Amino acid sequence: MSIPETIPIIGASWDDVLFVLFAAVMLGSALLVVTLRDIIRSGLAMIVCFGSLAGLYVLLGSPILAAAQVLVYIGAISVLVLFAIMLTQTKAGPARLVFQTQWWAAALAAVVLVVIFAAVVAATDWGAVAVRVQSTTDAVARLLFSDYTLPFEAVSVLLLAAVIGGIFLAKRDEVRD
Amino acid sequence: MANSLDAYLILSAMLFAIGTFGFLARRNAISMLMCIELMVNAVNLTILAFGAFIPALKDHASVIALIVIAVAAAEATVGLAIVIAIYRNRRTPLVDEYDAMRQ
Repeated sequence: MSIPETIPIIGASWDDVLFVLFAAVMLGSALLVVTLRDIIRSGLAMIVCFGSLAGLYVLLGSPILAAAQVLVYIGAISVLVLFAIMLTQTKAGPARLVFQTQWWAAALAAVVLVVIFAAVVAATDWGAVAVRVQSTTDAVARLLFSDYTLPFEAVSVLLLAAVIGGIFLAKRDEVRD
Repeated sequence: MANSLDAYLILSAMLFAIGTFGFLARRNAISMLMCIELMVNAVNLTILAFGAFIPALKDHASVIALIVIAVAAAEATVGLAIVIAIYRNRRTPLVDEYDAMRQ
């Protein structure tokens, strides 16, 4: 049995339905990240947001990026953030005020930002084609190790420096304590 | 809808704006770092959308997005270490109580 091209009753294509689904989950969980009072819950909502972003990357035809998103963001960064949350929880529980007192100015800035971006997107002709181009992992790997070798090596040095810097900053300082 | 570049660009603009709002409005330093991660992800979505819809950028977009992910990981490491170091000195994760230079 094969899956039909479009969804039988609605007549929408599977890609559109998946796009709307992933987009709704992503925006909803991103809103939860910024609004939830309990910071551990907003950390968990962030994992959902990253997962639906991985789904969008698959829709965009780049499975290697979806895999990297799951490995790095869900597997590493989210766990790091959750550890940091648990190290910095105060005994009083979540703060009474989630937002600082001038949060309306931040909301205004965000709305203005969306309007500006929408205007730019609507006004520009990007020269885009109407179908999605699939990028193969093979081609990405060849490009990464030929044209992009210098950035690749620079990133490896940067990661080493970040690891050493992170250990140095978070290390307990016995002399001054 | 899944086949138009504009839909992806608007989506990532909305994600970026949500991240901006959270970064400006939240009081908890770790929340602010999480919002930075949201913004980085919005940028990555934009890069990949351009790569998927503009044939000349096809594989370059994936490579650039991979490098952005690695840089974001480095940034998260150092940022969280800084937050933990400040927490050890001030005993609070709330940024509006870091007012030592104002007094």
